[in-house]
Amino acid sequence: MSMIPENLRYTKTHEWVKEEDGLSVVGLTDFAQSELGDIVFVNLPEVGDEVVAGESFADVESVKAVAEVISPVSGVVAEINEELMDKPEMINEAPYDAWFIRISDVTDTENLLDAAEYSDFCEEE
Amino acid sequence: MSNYLPSTRDERLDMLHAIGLQSPEDLYAMVPDAVRIHGLNLPEGMSELEVSQRVTALSEKNTVFRSVFRGAGAYRHFIPAIVKTITSKEEFLTAYTPYQAEISQGVLQSIFEYQTQICELTGMDVSNASVYDGATAAAEAVLMNVDGRRKKKVIVSSAAHPDVIAVIRTYCESRGAECVLLPDDAHATDLNALKAALDAQTASVYVQSPNFYGILEDVETIVSLAHEAGAKVALGVNPISLGLLKTPGEYGVDIACGEGQPLGLPMGFGGPYLGFMAASKEMMRKLPGRIVGQTTDAQGRRCFVLTLQAREQHIRREKASSNICSNEALCAMTASVYLAAMGPGGLRKAAMNSASHAHYLAQKLSEIAGFSLVEEKPFFHEFLMHCPIAPEKLNARLAEHGILGGLPVDGAILWCATEMNSKAEIDNLCALTAQIVGEEAGK
Amino acid sequence: MKLLFERSRTGRAMNLLPDCDVPEVSFDESLLRSSAPRLPELSEVDLDRHYTALSKETYGVNSGFYPLGSCTMKYNPRVNEAMASLPGFTELHPLQDPATTQGALELLHTAGKYICEITGMDDMTFQPAAGAHGEYTGLLLIRRYHQLRGDLEKRTKILVPDSAHGTNPASAVMAGFTVVSVPSNAEGGVDLDALRAAAGEDTAGLMLTNPNTLGLFDPNILEITKIVHEAGGLCYYDGANLNAVMGHARPGDMGFDCVHVNLHKTFSTPHGGGGPGSGPVGCKAFLSDYLPSPQVREDNGVYSLYDPSESVGKVRSFQGNFLVVVRAMTYLFSLGGEGLTEASSTAVLNANYMMHRLSKSYEIAYPGICMHEFVMDLKKLKDETGISAMDVAKRLLDFGIHPPTMYFPLIVHEALMLEPTETESRETLDDACDLFLEIAKEARENPEILHSAPNTRTVGRPDEVSAARNPILRYPFE
Repeated sequence: MSMIPENLRYTKTHEWVKEEDGLSVVGLTDFAQSELGDIVFVNLPEVGDEVVAGESFADVESVKAVAEVISPVSGVVAEINEELMDKPEMINEAPYDAWFIRISDVTDTENLLDAAEYSDFCEEE
Repeated sequence: MSNYLPSTRDERLDMLHAIGLQSPEDLYAMVPDAVRIHGLNLPEGMSELEVSQRVTALSEKNTVFRSVFRGAGAYRHFIPAIVKTITSKEEFLTAYTPYQAEISQGVLQSIFEYQTQICELTGMDVSNASVYDGATAAAEAVLMNVDGRRKKKVIVSSAAHPDVIAVIRTYCESRGAECVLLPDDAHATDLNALKAALDAQTASVYVQSPNFYGILEDVETIVSLAHEAGAKVALGVNPISLGLLKTPGEYGVDIACGEGQPLGLPMGFGGPYLGFMAASKEMMRKLPGRIVGQTTDAQGRRCFVLTLQAREQHIRREKASSNICSNEALCAMTASVYLAAMGPGGLRKAAMNSASHAHYLAQKLSEIAGFSLVEEKPFFHEFLMHCPIAPEKLNARLAEHGILGGLPVDGAILWCATEMNSKAEIDNLCALTAQIVGEEAGK
Repeated sequence: MKLLFERSRTGRAMNLLPDCDVPEVSFDESLLRSSAPRLPELSEVDLDRHYTALSKETYGVNSGFYPLGSCTMKYNPRVNEAMASLPGFTELHPLQDPATTQGALELLHTAGKYICEITGMDDMTFQPAAGAHGEYTGLLLIRRYHQLRGDLEKRTKILVPDSAHGTNPASAVMAGFTVVSVPSNAEGGVDLDALRAAAGEDTAGLMLTNPNTLGLFDPNILEITKIVHEAGGLCYYDGANLNAVMGHARPGDMGFDCVHVNLHKTFSTPHGGGGPGSGPVGCKAFLSDYLPSPQVREDNGVYSLYDPSESVGKVRSFQGNFLVVVRAMTYLFSLGGEGLTEASSTAVLNANYMMHRLSKSYEIAYPGICMHEFVMDLKKLKDETGISAMDVAKRLLDFGIHPPTMYFPLIVHEALMLEPTETESRETLDDACDLFLEIAKEARENPEILHSAPNTRTVGRPDEVSAARNPILRYPFE
């Protein structure tokens, strides 16, 4: 059973998002990291790139697979977590601390799940 | 007929019955009648003796020149006997791609050694395990920095090899990258034109040095111009020249690439050859193709494995930056054995003797009336010369003496010499050339 | 095993080149490298023994059985190597006057005619250096066809079945197309309704392997190519699995417009640890003018090179991997039409024989008659015993057999794909089957030995995670 913190919101593609200082912070859930296995590399967007809810903005590589990371909301990339480039294992070790990007000018937030809804969704998967 | 089938017809019939089928036809029951054929309209197979005679006869219809003064992308260098002996070992020759690391340590280690040697030769940080040839290496190199959004322009020096330019153009066009061909300035890259062409959309600049005409380009200026504009530089190099000349790494280029054929591979009418690619650490994950890395097994023993595979087509599929799968592994091993046999001293000697022979040849030919260097610029082992008679005519006469003359290029002639062309051979060529020119002029 | 660089001793060298017999040229200091490359310094005996040691840690098809699905690891005949070493081929400069390379051009032309007959095509180029390179080249022909009809703007999509090799979608993107994945039906073939739905005004073409990567010949093949043609697209045949059907069915008759074949699979040229291969591309006459330049032609027994009028350009320098074509031509001469036909039917027989025997302990993903290869699905075994396809594959290494292809095609989750080829005897097949059955038994009785496999190699399973997280890609010279 994977960890699903109460205070975050989620997507059906297994990203988490939280509001912080007027920005949306995005990462991969515990469920996602355990499905992917050992993550070895992360491709991140650049600051200033536009992201669109439901579209890929990054990808993560394990040894034998690559998975896209889908943006939960629309907006503009305000900051990227460069530490992930050197230490992708952070995603496996502490998925809810290993944020990918912070997004400004956020719109399209209506389709997000709360922790209970996401938990139900994971059980069906 | 040889078909390499160990099983006899009786055994096969027996196997067929064992799986519950009656006739070999039953094996193709899924194939609709409308597309089913029964045999091919081809000649009968042959015994090994007949095949050998047939193919040998074809080989003998070709002219093998005793003395070769032509380069232009394919070079005749000395190949130590041990190179072919090692690369003919059946394990290396007949192995598949080393996806199964535990049963492929030999080939994986040899690729790791090759990567190290290419890094040493080019002064770059990382090398891949090879691509098809120098031309596709250049095409892959310029596309490494094209991203389809901000950076989609590629600038190519027209003093590069024509086949390299042609392949870059093909790859760029299909990928939707704009390919700008710089005019040349006296058979070298036009620096003013380069400056004018560079802009924020420029992903990369491709320059070859020594270039197609043998000339050493002003790489330093090219690199600083490109980097100022935010573009990457891919430099095509001749690997033998790096036994002596300044490395791409020392020039600060982002990607070094080239044709590895001079490193122990025969001219072979064009292939198989070897595309090598090496890059700065920053570009590592953009390198196309296979890469071998060092790691350990559960007991801590050093071992080697194909790594960074998530870049590649078998995992990334339509998101992969290149489709390359099979590469030129055995040619890479050939280059690796060659470089190990030569060592630093031997490689320097091959480079020095090639350049010295070429300069000696240029000087001796210049003594013949009507021959002169087209450009007075530093060159490695190839140079373009004015020729007082049609180069084709000269070459036809030289061929009668078993000599392959320089390549005709726009009425001039592009000569090449390597360590294979001894002083005696060069003196003989020059004497014959003087005589032929004299006779032709007298006609 | 020591690396070349660890065997190096300062001052050791082989005596390979004479001293320079002309005055040494002196380059301006600014043009010279500041230090010599750290190449190993070795004697000949050091070098010879180093590679002998490496060869013992390498396994080739000429060393033993190699049932690697989708790779056609057939025996590589020795006479091919002998012919490719003839100085009349190896010593030819690619830019010699064609009058001096008539034999080489005749060989290319003849190989083209043979492979056209085998595939049902009209013309052939040998410039592509490998299968993926051939795919790219074939798609360039399709691109050119639409471009010259003024259709390229709207025809941007290539249809690719979900069972395809990864090179197919990657090649399509390199050729400037986007990829539409077409699902498979329950029988493992192309889902016709899904194909009809996907094909349309924006379709540039279809890429298909037939038999497909499940080892199944698609019985709807004529309907498939018809749907694509009616939508205005062209059909590209990935020849990776041609070894099943030589002399029995031809892509040209199935409705394909262009094909590539892998000389390093079907025509017995060695894989060389990952190359060089050769991926010649054939096409129907209406695409001939678009082939890469130069092409070989024959007029009254004289061979020459020419540039096709609407050529897509060049995809490689010179004439491609010529010496690989020499090997393939030697093989084609050896087998002839009847030999090729028999090679294919024997490859299919061997696969069915193995499948039949293994079906006793392993689940076959798509039972029935297969072509030259088949896929086993180990999901049930894994659920029951915890033993995965990977574990079975690694256990085979303990017995000196190269494992089958694992985890491909992607649509079968615990896939092991076996392709025995025609060049294996019944004893070899029986021994391998006995071993597979024994391992299935071990999975139930002694699973631990499978988890730790391989147990008898000089190295165990490598740590791929740390290799990818902290890449060490060259010797550090510390």
